[in-house]
Amino acid sequence: MKALLNVENISKSFGKLNANKNITFNVATGEILAILGENGAGKTTLMNIIFGHYLADKGTIKFNNNELKPGDPKAAISAGIGMVHQHFTLAENLTVLENTLVGTQSLYHPNLTKRKSIDKLNYLAREFGLELDPKQLVRNLSVGEKQRIEILKTLFSDCKLLILDEPTASLTPQEVTTLFTSIRKMVTNGVSVIIISHKLNEILEISDRIVVLRSGAVVGEVKTKNADKTQLGEMIVGHKINRPNRGKNVIGETKIKLCSISVKSDNGTSILDKVTLEARGGEIIGIAGVAGNGQKVLAETMSGHVTPAFGTIYINGKNLTGKYPEDFMRSGVAYIPEDRNLDGTIGDMSIWENVILSETKNTKIFQKNGILNRINSHNLAHAVCQNNDVRYQSIQQPARLLSGGNIQKLLIGRWLIRKPNVIIACQPSRGLDEGAISTVHKTLLSERKKSTAIILISEDLDELLLLSDKILVLYNGKLSETIENRNVNINQLGLKMAGEGF
Amino acid sequence: MRLEAREQTPAWLPWIAIISSSLATLIFAAVLIIVAGASPIEGFYELFRGAFGSKNSIAETGATATPLIFTGLAAAVAFRARFWNIGAEGQLYIGALATTFFGTGLIQFAPFIMIPFLFLMGFIFGALALLPLVLLRQYLKVDEVVTTLLMNFVIILLVSYLLEGPWKDPYSLGWPQAAPIVDSGVLPQIIPRTRLHLGFAIAVSIAIVIWYVQTKTLFGFSTRAVGFNPSAAKHSGISVTKTMIGVAILSGGIAGLAGVSETAGLKGYLTLDLSPGFGYTGIAVAMLGNLHPIGVIFSAMFIAVIYVGADAMSRAIEVPTYLADVIVASTILTVLVSLVLIKYRIIFKGKF
Amino acid sequence: MILELLELLFNAGFWAATIRIACPLLMATLGELICERAGVLNLGIEGIMTIGALVGWTTVYLGGDLSTGILVAALVGASFGLLHALFSVYLGASQHVTGIGITLFASSIGYYSFRILLPSSTTPPKIVAFQTIEIPVLSDIPFLGIALFQHTTFTYFAFLMVPIVFWLMNKTPLGLAIKVAGENPMALEAQGLDVLFIRTIALMIGSALMALGGAYLTMSAFDAFYFGMVNGRGWIAIALVIFASWQPFRALLGAILFAAFDAFQVRAQQLAGAFIAYQFFLMLPYILSIVAMIFAAKSTHYPRALLIPFRRGERH
Repeated sequence: MKALLNVENISKSFGKLNANKNITFNVATGEILAILGENGAGKTTLMNIIFGHYLADKGTIKFNNNELKPGDPKAAISAGIGMVHQHFTLAENLTVLENTLVGTQSLYHPNLTKRKSIDKLNYLAREFGLELDPKQLVRNLSVGEKQRIEILKTLFSDCKLLILDEPTASLTPQEVTTLFTSIRKMVTNGVSVIIISHKLNEILEISDRIVVLRSGAVVGEVKTKNADKTQLGEMIVGHKINRPNRGKNVIGETKIKLCSISVKSDNGTSILDKVTLEARGGEIIGIAGVAGNGQKVLAETMSGHVTPAFGTIYINGKNLTGKYPEDFMRSGVAYIPEDRNLDGTIGDMSIWENVILSETKNTKIFQKNGILNRINSHNLAHAVCQNNDVRYQSIQQPARLLSGGNIQKLLIGRWLIRKPNVIIACQPSRGLDEGAISTVHKTLLSERKKSTAIILISEDLDELLLLSDKILVLYNGKLSETIENRNVNINQLGLKMAGEGF
Repeated sequence: MRLEAREQTPAWLPWIAIISSSLATLIFAAVLIIVAGASPIEGFYELFRGAFGSKNSIAETGATATPLIFTGLAAAVAFRARFWNIGAEGQLYIGALATTFFGTGLIQFAPFIMIPFLFLMGFIFGALALLPLVLLRQYLKVDEVVTTLLMNFVIILLVSYLLEGPWKDPYSLGWPQAAPIVDSGVLPQIIPRTRLHLGFAIAVSIAIVIWYVQTKTLFGFSTRAVGFNPSAAKHSGISVTKTMIGVAILSGGIAGLAGVSETAGLKGYLTLDLSPGFGYTGIAVAMLGNLHPIGVIFSAMFIAVIYVGADAMSRAIEVPTYLADVIVASTILTVLVSLVLIKYRIIFKGKF
Repeated sequence: MILELLELLFNAGFWAATIRIACPLLMATLGELICERAGVLNLGIEGIMTIGALVGWTTVYLGGDLSTGILVAALVGASFGLLHALFSVYLGASQHVTGIGITLFASSIGYYSFRILLPSSTTPPKIVAFQTIEIPVLSDIPFLGIALFQHTTFTYFAFLMVPIVFWLMNKTPLGLAIKVAGENPMALEAQGLDVLFIRTIALMIGSALMALGGAYLTMSAFDAFYFGMVNGRGWIAIALVIFASWQPFRALLGAILFAAFDAFQVRAQQLAGAFIAYQFFLMLPYILSIVAMIFAAKSTHYPRALLIPFRRGERH
C-alpha cells in the first residue's frame, strides 16, 4: 500500500527535555496505526508536530508525498489531517454546529452557511454512528458526546488522516466499543487513523500496526497480528519495574467519615448526591469513575474547600462541616490535588518557598510574630527533597523547572511533614513516568502502614486495583456500594462506571 | 513569531530591562519635542536644569516625588498580589479628607503626636475606602479595576461638594478650598524655605518597611503566593481572602498617606487640584520600580524629575507640559514590554 | 416634585435627550463587547474615546468634512486597538496594565497634540457639527417623532451599529471565530485559525467603535473639544458590557436605561438642586454602574478565556 503520511527524522526539545528524537515512520492509506508508549514518551508532542501546533527542531513531514508546511495547523487541515486532542478543544458556550463551523469558511465571508452545514453534519453523524443534535450547547453534553463533536469536526473538513490522542482516556468501556465501531466505519470509507494510547489491550484490538515510543524515540514497530503482548510491554517500559506489593495492613479507627453529603452547583444542579463514605486508619479506599462525575468536588469537600449543602463530615470523630480548609489541615487532612501545577505548586516561586507553602502555621518556619526563619526553611526544604527523592539543582531554582514527577514528589513530601491522618490523593500518578509512579505508590503504601486513612481517586483502574483495599464507583455524583478489592470483577466495574445500577 | 519561556532569569536582567525602557521612553520624548518644533537637546538640558539646577529645584523634585512614592507603593503592593487597585487617586483624596476633618481644629495635640495621628487617620480612611471593593471582589467576583476607577469619580465629586459646601473656608475669598491645617499638624520642612517637607522622609521609611514586610514576613510571603497562584496558595492552607483584604488595607492606606502628606505637608489645606493624577501616575511608578518598594523610591524620583523638568522645559522652549504625561504613560508600556522579554524570548521562526 | 419627575417619562424631549446621551455609551459598549468576546478586556477604552473625540474634531476643524472626521476617528481608534494587541495579544502582557497604559498614553498624547495644534486658546474653537435631520413622515408622529426621529445622522449611525454588531457576532464566520477566541482559543488553533490574528482584528474593530463613541461627543453632542470630556464614560461602558451579558441588543437596552437615568438626573438636579448639591446627582451614574456590576457579577455568560493570554506552541 502507498504511504499517506511520511514522518522523517523529527526531533523536538523543550529546554533540556528531548521530547522527540529522530522519529521516522509512515502511515498507509486505510490503515490504523497505533502509537504506543507510556506517559511522557513523547507521543502527544509528536502528534502536535504533525498537526502543526508545535514546530519541530529538525525533520520533515510529507503528506501524499508533498511536504507539509511546518508549524501551521491550517496547512495540515487543508491537506486532510484531522486531530482529536486529548483535552477537547471546544467552546463550551457555543452549539455543536458553531463548534464544527469554526474555520471552515473564509473569515471574510459575509454569511455563515448554517443550513447546508446542518445537513452535512447530520449526514456524517448518521453515516459514522456519531449522532448529535447540532443545535445543542456543548456544555450540556457528556464526555463521549464531546468526543463525537471533535471527530465530526475533522470529518466535516473532509479529513483523510485522523489523529486520535488518548481517545479512550475518559470513556467507559462501553463507550470505547462504540468509538471503535465508528473508527472501523471511517476506515472502510478510506480514512487512515493514528491512535495514540498507553493502553495495550485496546491497541491490540483496534490497530493494524504498532509503533512503540520510549523516551522520545521509536523503539519498535510490529504488525498487530504478529504482536506479542509481553514483548510489547517490555518495549514500552524498557526495563522491568517491580510493582510494589500491598502487604498486610492493620485497620485502625475511623479517620474520615462523610454522612450523606450533597453539593449543588451555582445553577442548582446536583454535583454530589448523598455521598456516604468512611475510611479507617491503614485503609486505602479507591474511588473509581470516569472524569467529570464529581471527583474534584468530592476531594475538595473532604479537604474543606467546598462546603456541602447537606450532610456532615467527621475527621477523627470531630464534626468539621462548614469549617475552613485550615481546620481540615489542622485535623490532619492532606490533599494532593489533581492538577499539581495549578492547585499544587507555584511555578514562579522557588523550591524552598514551595516546601514551606503549607507550613505557614509552623512556628519554626514563621515565628509567632510572623517573621520568616530562612535557615529553618532551607533546612526543611533540603530534608523534604532528600526524603522524597526530589531531583533538583538548587532549592533556589523556581519550581516550574522541575519535571512533573519531581513536582509530585515535592507536593507529597510537603504534606508528609505534617504527619497526616488522612490523605486525599487525586489522580496522583497521572502523567508521570514509571519511576515516579512507583515512588508515589510506595509512599502511599508506606503511609497506609503508618495507619493513615487514604482516599485514592483515580481514573486508572490498574492503579486502583493495585493499591486499594476497597473500591467504590462515583457516577454522576453518586457513590456505589463498597466492593472489596479481592471480589472485584472488571466487567462489573466497567458497567458501574457507565452508570449501571445508579 | 512566537514566545519561548526562558529557563533562568538572571537577577540583574529586570533592572537592565527597566533602565533600557526608560531610555526608550526618553527617545520617544525626543521625537515628540521635535514634533513640537523644538530641539530635543535643548529640551533635555532645560528639563535637567529645571529638576536639578538649584537648591530649590532639587527640593521641588523631592516634593513631587513624595506623593508618587506613596501612590507608587500603593500600586506596587496591590499589583504584586494581582489586585488591580486603580483607585489610588480616590484613596489619596480620602486621606486628604481625613486630614482636613481631624486637622483643622477638631482635635489638637502636640506636633509629635498630631502628625502621626493625622497619618494614622489618613491610612485608616484610605484603607476603608478600598475595603468594600476588595470584599466585592472576593465575595461577589466584581472586577476591582472598574469599581476602583469609578470610585475615583465618586470621591472627587464628594470632595468637590465638601469644598464648595460645608467645608469651604470662609476666608478663602470664594475659592473652593478647606480651612488650613492647624500649625501642630503641618509637616516641617526638611530643607528650610523650600517645599520639601517631612512627608518625603516618611515616604522613604514606609517604602523600607514595606520591603521588610514583603521579604521577611508571613504576610509578604502569602501576598506573593496569592499573587502568583491563588489556587495553589488556597490549597496549601493560605487564606486568599484574608491576604487580599490585608493587601487592600495596605494599598488603600498607603494611598491615603499620600493625601495626608500633600494636605499637611505641601499645601497646608485641601483643594480640588491637590493631585494632578498622582494616583494614576503611581501605576507607572510601580511598574518602573519593578513592583519593588525600594525600586519605587527611585522610579518616583525619576518621574518627579520628568514632571518638574518638563514644567521648566515647557516654559523655556514652549513644548506643552502634557509631554510629562506622555512620558509617564509610555513608561508603563515600555516597561510592560521589557517585563515580557525578561520572562520570554521572542523567536522569529514560523509564521508571524 | 416626584410628580414632576414622573411626568418626564411622558416628555418627548426627555427621551430625545436620552437617545443623545446613549449614543457614545452605546458605541463604546459595543466596541468593548467585541473585544471581550474575543477574550481581551480593553481598558484602553477611556483613552481611545478621548483620542477619537480629538481626532474626529480636529479633522473637521482642519477642513475635512464630517464623514472624513468619522473615518479618521475610526482609523485612529483601530490603530490604538492594534497597539493594545501588540502588547496584550502578541506579547501576552497583562491586559489590565496594558489597558491602563493605553488609556493614559492615548489621552496624554491627545492633549499634547491638541496643545501643539492650538497653543494658547482659552475658549475651545467650535466646528460645524452634525445637524439634526428630521426623517420625513416619521418625525411627524406625535411623541415618537420628537423622541426618535429628529436626530443627527451620527445618532442614527450609532443605533445602526447595534444590528450590525449583532450580525457580525452571530451571522458571520469572523464573528464566530471571535467568540471562539474568547471561549477556548485552542479550539481556534485546532481548526487552523490564528488566535492572535483574530483577537487583534477584534481589538481593532472594537477600538474603532470606541473612538467613534468619543467622536460623537465632539461632532454631534457638542461641537468643541474639552479636556476631560469623556469623563469616565469608558469605565461606565465596561460596566454596561457586563450588564448586557455580552449581547449587542442588551447593550442597547443598557445604554438607553443608563442614559435615561442620566437625563433624569440632569432634570432632577434642576428641580431639586436647591436641596441637594449637584455633585450628588453627578455621582449617580458612577454609583449606578458599580451597582449594575454587583448585580451582573454572577453572570455565567462571561467569555471563558477573558484575560488569559494565548501563547502558541506552549505546552498545555
